[in-house]
Amino acid sequence: MRPFSYQRATDPDMAVQALSAAAAANKPLTQASAQPLAGGTTLIDLMKLDVMRPAAIVDINPLAQGWSEISPGRENLRLGALAKMSDVAAHDEIQRNYPVIANSLKLAASAQLRNMATLGGNVMQRTRCSYFRDVSYENCNKRNPGSGCAAMDGINRMHAVLGISDQCIATYPGDFAQALIALDATVEVTGKSGTRSMPFAELHKAPGNTPEIETTLQPGELISAFLISGRWPRSVYLKARDRQSYEFALSSTAVALDVQDGTIRDARVALGGVATVPWRAREAEAQLKGQKFDDGLAQRAADAAFAEAKGRQHNSFKIALGKRVVARALQQAVMMEI
Amino acid sequence: MTAAAPEPKANMGKPVPRYDAAAKVTGRATYGSDMPLDNPAYAFLVTSAIAKGRINSFDLDDAKRVRGVIDIVTHENAPNLNESKLFSNGGYAGTTIQPLKSTDIAHDGQIIAVVIAESYEAAREAANRVKVSYTAATPSASFDSPGTTEAAAKGQNAQFKEDPKVGDFAKAFDEAEVKVDASYETPTQHHNPMELFSTSCAWMGDTLVIYEPSQYVHGLKNGVAEQLGIDADKVRVVNPYVGGGFGSRGSTTPRTAVIAGIARRLNRPIKLVPTRDQGFTIATYRAETRHEVKLGASRDGKLVALRHEGAEVSSRADPYCVGGTKTTTRLYACPNVDSLVSIVRADRNTPGFMRSPPEVPYLFALESAMDELAVKLNMDPIELRRINDTTNEPIGGKPYTSRSLMACFDEAAKAFGWAQRSAAPKSMSDGDWLIGYGCAATCYPTQMAPSAARVRLQRDGRTRVEIAGHEIGTGAYTILAQTAAERLGVPLEKVAVFIGDSDLPPGPVAGGSNSTASTCSAVMMVCDQVRQRLFKALMPNESLTDKAKETVGMGQTPSTQAAKGDRPIDLEKAFDALGVGVVEEYGEWKPEGAPQDSFKAMHSGHPRLVGGAAMKDKIAYAFGAEFVEVRINRFTHEIRAPRLVGAFAAGRIMNPRTARSQLMGGLIWGMSSALLEATEIDARTARYVNDNFADYLIPVNADVPGVEVILLSEQDDHINPAGAKGLGELANVGTNAAICNAIYHATGQRIRKLPVRLENIEV
Repeated sequence: MRPFSYQRATDPDMAVQALSAAAAANKPLTQASAQPLAGGTTLIDLMKLDVMRPAAIVDINPLAQGWSEISPGRENLRLGALAKMSDVAAHDEIQRNYPVIANSLKLAASAQLRNMATLGGNVMQRTRCSYFRDVSYENCNKRNPGSGCAAMDGINRMHAVLGISDQCIATYPGDFAQALIALDATVEVTGKSGTRSMPFAELHKAPGNTPEIETTLQPGELISAFLISGRWPRSVYLKARDRQSYEFALSSTAVALDVQDGTIRDARVALGGVATVPWRAREAEAQLKGQKFDDGLAQRAADAAFAEAKGRQHNSFKIALGKRVVARALQQAVMMEI
Repeated sequence: MTAAAPEPKANMGKPVPRYDAAAKVTGRATYGSDMPLDNPAYAFLVTSAIAKGRINSFDLDDAKRVRGVIDIVTHENAPNLNESKLFSNGGYAGTTIQPLKSTDIAHDGQIIAVVIAESYEAAREAANRVKVSYTAATPSASFDSPGTTEAAAKGQNAQFKEDPKVGDFAKAFDEAEVKVDASYETPTQHHNPMELFSTSCAWMGDTLVIYEPSQYVHGLKNGVAEQLGIDADKVRVVNPYVGGGFGSRGSTTPRTAVIAGIARRLNRPIKLVPTRDQGFTIATYRAETRHEVKLGASRDGKLVALRHEGAEVSSRADPYCVGGTKTTTRLYACPNVDSLVSIVRADRNTPGFMRSPPEVPYLFALESAMDELAVKLNMDPIELRRINDTTNEPIGGKPYTSRSLMACFDEAAKAFGWAQRSAAPKSMSDGDWLIGYGCAATCYPTQMAPSAARVRLQRDGRTRVEIAGHEIGTGAYTILAQTAAERLGVPLEKVAVFIGDSDLPPGPVAGGSNSTASTCSAVMMVCDQVRQRLFKALMPNESLTDKAKETVGMGQTPSTQAAKGDRPIDLEKAFDALGVGVVEEYGEWKPEGAPQDSFKAMHSGHPRLVGGAAMKDKIAYAFGAEFVEVRINRFTHEIRAPRLVGAFAAGRIMNPRTARSQLMGGLIWGMSSALLEATEIDARTARYVNDNFADYLIPVNADVPGVEVILLSEQDDHINPAGAKGLGELANVGTNAAICNAIYHATGQRIRKLPVRLENIEV
């Protein structure tokens, strides 16, 4: 860890000012000299590892009063970016009307981490790629643009099979983001010129030729809230992992269905643990919409979800696994008693 | 009695609470890096980013500019240290690869520089700013890598003396009615004890004090003295508590003498706390192994031929091997046995002891093969073990001192509900989950080593027990206190135990599960010396030895039958008769069959373990049987082990509470070994990739909802005065095979390579 200054931002403007002043045009935001601190469960970790080297920390926890609401309304749900994962997961109405959100949070990390970590920080969580997290490996296009990718032909069991490029196959590790992208969430961002909103699906950027650029956030911008319209009581988060708790997904899926009289009127499918960014499987949704459910349909949807997947030496199993996870989650969602 | 404190059966001590429980749960227990130092400097290691090659140059400018940096030590200015010989070669070291000697790099994560600074933070920051230019060569990572060399263990590893064999294996296997011929693999694993590989070195004049988690304070003291070129009596190692060892702290590592040398030059105490990932490369590990097992049997299940061939990875520099064939060739009755162990050299750090070093990989292979044989014979796997159970090992015909293997199978089977198993694979399920039951034998050699002890008794009954043993979490304090209290007949709460300090009478290495048997035997002997002095004072004319052996009471009424005829000693009268306030005795105990140089070796920090298969006219092992329920999700193929049941017999159980805790930990460790733990090596670079607790998986509580330990009563009068067989390394041996056998039962799929991951399951 390197020395850094610490500043508490007592209002959003102060945070935005401090962060935007530190951004440099020629550097990705993750390498800006000032970084926001919320729960700190990723940032502090990466600073200890010398992966992130901010000179200044802007503590945005004082903003929690305005930014941590959990407000389920009749028409939509608003979640403040500084709400704690554990509080949202334990919320009655979230559990009842958005089980996919509650479970994606509950199945993530450990109880201690969920008590610290915020929703906004969670969606900004950075990849767990071992080569990214160990600075003794020179080859990491995400850390050192243009240096190559050690994971491509290395130990890549945990790596992505979707949204990959020949520059980076690092997996987006989070769970909650899959629920957000499946439910067409909107993300509210606060920056220099006030507040703007965009589809959550536009927040993360697939690696392409610039794996160092991970989001579309502009200098100084902070996520302030997430909005979800409608209710999704028929929704499931299914996560396959090596151990029973406190472990990242090898494959996960967020599924939400609107079924009326046996016909799927709307279907949402997102994939975790298998892609470089939160991943919406629209091809799978297209298979499902307007159809009567049966196991064959689930299988076709799952196949469609992974039609473009490409495995490497140690992670090819994720394609077959991911299909089974999607098919099973669809079955579970259909079987739910609402 | 509670689950944590099982009711003692015959030949078991009381399940008294841990001596150090309150200190540990309140944080009063001081570990090595907790020890206060006067004005310490802090060290941070820089380790190599390549596994083979050399250092061209360092750029230290940026690092030296960090405020608070005192010095950066590289091969160019490192303290001059003597070489250290490998423990198996009469030395103390776990590796002969000595860092900071030259520009050569022999393995990933080798220490190449040490930053010394006024604070830990400054040292770490500067270490991050050290720039190194390397010339890298292509390393050989493991089996199958180009450039490795392979040769028989016999002849290169002094401790591997024979490849056991008997009869005519080739002919018998050829003619056998039923055969199994299968290959197995176990992965690289790291101990990852919770306490990091810290060391603090403080000089007072020409005397060095080392605070370091060690499983052998006398070995560390002598080893570091040798490297520094000073008298061993000028070195003291102190570690009253060790935060886990599992074998990683039995031999010396290069870091200690390096830090001691720098501290001497700086004339200031230095504290080093390496990181978790550095622990993967600056200490030892369990190397990956491969096995081919051939079993031949008659149709009625009798083994007629057994061959076990094992290959193990070691470093270029050192011929480390575990050679578990000494156990697997002797476990079952079989007239024709053959074996071979070989070592494959790669560009790796030297591996070393890790909890049940030989038995874990080798019994995984044998006990998997036995299950495969049971399937071929269409026979219950327990019955196959019963048919081949034996009172004498087959290689030399020596009798087992005691062997409760089948009693363990029967007790564990009953507790587990084995009778409810439907034998056909894939025949049991519960909703989304396929269910499999599996079992395996477990065993571990009973070993002892010379040990000294000092016991001091005061007239008010207060007792002090001193022995340079080690509390690595096993319960050493507790059972030493119990042993002294029982032998002297004083209340347990009056006994104080002092261990973990090389200024105390030398105890053995806390390895090979010998500590309880050795240290308790020594303490019993010295307590008897104390008693004899008291008896002599009161009854100068009587022959004392026999009476002393059975007499319990000093100030107490005798409780054992044999002692009932004796009067309790009035402690105060005895002290009055002696005319002293304190009786103190020192003694040195050695096990039967210990070599001639035992006591000399004990004082110079060389363990002289005897027992197991190496005894002259007998063989001593502890046994157990382990049963596992696995559940495999039909859709995700996730593998869980919700129930682990083990029954164990290990001679006298000194304390059922601490014994159960160790065995429970062993079962969980075994499950972890089978399903989770593997150090991933990048084949291109020979580097460990998942060198942290996020990526190197160990179980969380949710993974082990049901663990049951059954302690069997067993008496063995042929091993040591304490009558105890070591059990710290007993329970994690059989679990690997039991889990794979259960996976076969659940799925019909035989998996012969660990760890088993969901992608290995095809259902």
